[in-house]
Amino acid sequence: MARYILKRLLYMIPTLFGVAALIFLMLRVVPGDIVELKLRGDGAAVSEEVIQAERERLGLNRPLYEQFADWMVGVATFDLGKSMWTETPVVDEIASRFGLTIQVAIMATIIAVLLALPLGIISALYKDSWLDQFIRLFTIGGLAMPSFWVGMIIILTLLNVFNWLPPITYTPIWVDPLANISQLIWPALAVGYRYSAVLTRMVRSQIIEVMLEDYIRTARAKGVFERLVIGRHALRNALLPAITVLGLEFAFLIGGLVVTEQVFNLNGIGRLFVQAVTKNDFTLVQGIVMLIAVIFITTNLIVDILYAYLDPRIRYGGK
Amino acid sequence: MRHLHYPLAAALAAALATGAAAQDKPVKGGTLVWGLSAEAGTLDCGGTDTFAVIHTVAPFYSTLLRVNLDKYPEVEGDLAKSWTISQDGLTYSFDIHEGVTFHDGSPLTSEDIKASLDRYRNPPAGVPSFRKASFEDIASIETPSPTKLVITLKAPNPAMLLNLAGPNGCIYSAKKLAEDPKFPITNVMGSGPFKFVKYEKGASIEGVRFDGYFKKDKNGTQLPYLDGFKGVVFSQPAAMINALQGGQIMGEFRTITPAQKKTLQETAGDKLAFYESDWNTGLVLAFNTKKPPFDNVKVRQALSMAIDRFTAGKALSQQSILKSVGGLVRPGAPYGAKPEALKDLPGFNPDIKAAREKAKALLKEAGVENLKFELFNRSTTQPYTPSGVYLIAQWKEIGVEVTHKQVETPAYREGIKTGSFDVALDFLNAVLEDPSLTLNKYLSSSRDSTNGSGFEDKEADALYDAQLRETDPKKREALVRQFENRVITQGAQTPFIWWYRTVALSKQVKGWKMSPSHLYGQDFGEVWLAQAK
Repeated sequence: MARYILKRLLYMIPTLFGVAALIFLMLRVVPGDIVELKLRGDGAAVSEEVIQAERERLGLNRPLYEQFADWMVGVATFDLGKSMWTETPVVDEIASRFGLTIQVAIMATIIAVLLALPLGIISALYKDSWLDQFIRLFTIGGLAMPSFWVGMIIILTLLNVFNWLPPITYTPIWVDPLANISQLIWPALAVGYRYSAVLTRMVRSQIIEVMLEDYIRTARAKGVFERLVIGRHALRNALLPAITVLGLEFAFLIGGLVVTEQVFNLNGIGRLFVQAVTKNDFTLVQGIVMLIAVIFITTNLIVDILYAYLDPRIRYGGK
Repeated sequence: MRHLHYPLAAALAAALATGAAAQDKPVKGGTLVWGLSAEAGTLDCGGTDTFAVIHTVAPFYSTLLRVNLDKYPEVEGDLAKSWTISQDGLTYSFDIHEGVTFHDGSPLTSEDIKASLDRYRNPPAGVPSFRKASFEDIASIETPSPTKLVITLKAPNPAMLLNLAGPNGCIYSAKKLAEDPKFPITNVMGSGPFKFVKYEKGASIEGVRFDGYFKKDKNGTQLPYLDGFKGVVFSQPAAMINALQGGQIMGEFRTITPAQKKTLQETAGDKLAFYESDWNTGLVLAFNTKKPPFDNVKVRQALSMAIDRFTAGKALSQQSILKSVGGLVRPGAPYGAKPEALKDLPGFNPDIKAAREKAKALLKEAGVENLKFELFNRSTTQPYTPSGVYLIAQWKEIGVEVTHKQVETPAYREGIKTGSFDVALDFLNAVLEDPSLTLNKYLSSSRDSTNGSGFEDKEADALYDAQLRETDPKKREALVRQFENRVITQGAQTPFIWWYRTVALSKQVKGWKMSPSHLYGQDFGEVWLAQAK
């Protein structure tokens, strides 16, 4: 197993270099110029000389291959450079938002799992009953409604019914847990609802399938308690595909909560990503893409390790 | 002492005075929490022209001069106690307030002002300055004493005083600039009413009262009144409106839309006050004169004539931040023409039926009766989308088919720069309302790159240059009118409609003054909070 993990970690290197090269090239074909936006964004009369000097300073006038070489050296040495818009190191820009984003992702995942497991199991065990129909309706609602829309409904309900709104600025959980939770629980609920809908349907369909397997029939024939049949035999096997979904969704939440973050005025990675893209801040976009790539690859690795834990038949790299 | 003379100042000042809550007696204390709708990326006043930098740092800095919002757009001293201008208009001598200190306790002298202005006009390597061009007329800056500053111009420039009063003229510590010319890009250390506390990018900026601030109010009370402020960054207008409605913020200082105003009136009308003003930003149509048939003046005139600007002013003001019809200079601003004075120019005839008939005839003469083209526009909703939709409907009235292409701002600017468009909906932001500082957009493309039309007009350039040096206001106004007539008649770029500004503020917030610019009045030096009832 250790050998397998090491191998996977080594595979990360060419993958990340591939991502770095791809994002570099993709950004260069996007129209727009950060210097124009910075100096003439509100229509100021700025001479071409000043524009060119700023382009020179940011290295945008250098040949593309030189910029590319710089970027690749930076990636290899863990130096993502400075944001072209704010002049702050990309790592600092990301770090200041990462705590909030990762917390929302973790909270949304917890909410999703807490909802999906019991609902998926109940729905499968009571297939086609009114309870199943109700849970299916609940999950279809979660799939049909975008998270940001659920977020807007939550905000408007809190405002118009309870005359209360969550805090508008972020407080780390170790500074003021109450303020932190009262701000982040709402976006976590909005996101977690959709996330739980995907998971619930996955758990339900897997359990229905697994319950028809021979080993379930055998367990029942042996007189194993139904609770053990479900918990030890059915659920453990049914969870494998759900874990894949869980991993993918979690990684998506790191950069994909753009609109939800805007609805709740959260200063997260998704919002930063959009701002960087709209300003043609190449270095910052590149840095965020690299972060998301690392998170996706790492999450996939964790999912594979969990697979091996849940299903002893799966052994990576061994004989 | 010679103050900048503006013919319409008095009338405008009276109209704007509604913003001030003069009858209440200011009280000290409280924290102003407000919404910031954009971030600049830099903390350097001269580093970018976006309003966001001023909204972020204005409370921390003093400027040499500033605009008196009670007598808009008259100039008053900020660090300057008084000033004189020599008869030949070349030498400006300023007396600087004594005993002014920076937030770190060091004294602010004329050397600091010189260092700051020199940095704007001749930025050192690695320091971007969008103000370089506007200070090109300055020949030298001297400091005969710590409280004397003398600016000598290369040629008379009646716009220079207002230029020096621009909000993007923060005064930095000469010592800090000597240590690191890039210091203000990422650090804040000024002499304004508030001391910097912290800035969390993407989240908020905070300041606390500077007890050593050099200004007192007319009753001798030390300014500022507020204990501090907190500007909260919002990336989505709806979230800011919710926060205003819910009382989490006390206001925002750029604008809200008519729909947002209606929502706030219905839900929190008892807690909020609304301040309104014409806005010194306008929409401009740019025709790509490098591309037939827009190289034909008759086509450009016809397309401008087809637009009913007067109905647009009424209709679009219901759903957008647009309202006033005017020429190259905002109506109501110094040197701004009233719409009636423009009626003979293409696009300003109130008899739209007759104008459209003439437009059709012009298109026929130009041989383009079945004209089709693309309107190039930003994907920003306010005010670009409704304007684009309105313009397309107007052109349809004369049988012209137009498709609407909306792109993100970077792609839009790239399209303008490279001339990859037919007709574009551009804008003009006239922060400092002097013709010399705003009309440059209408100069030939070779002289001003914000003119996306690619048009060259030496006659218009000559008129601009003449008004730039004319110190007699009446003669200057005549030159501005000639320039305006020339530009609108040629129609390579022509004004569409001017913006309108609405600010929603908690009724608790007093002493803030409305003006046609969203960059003025943001130092909060005289803002105070009434006791909550």
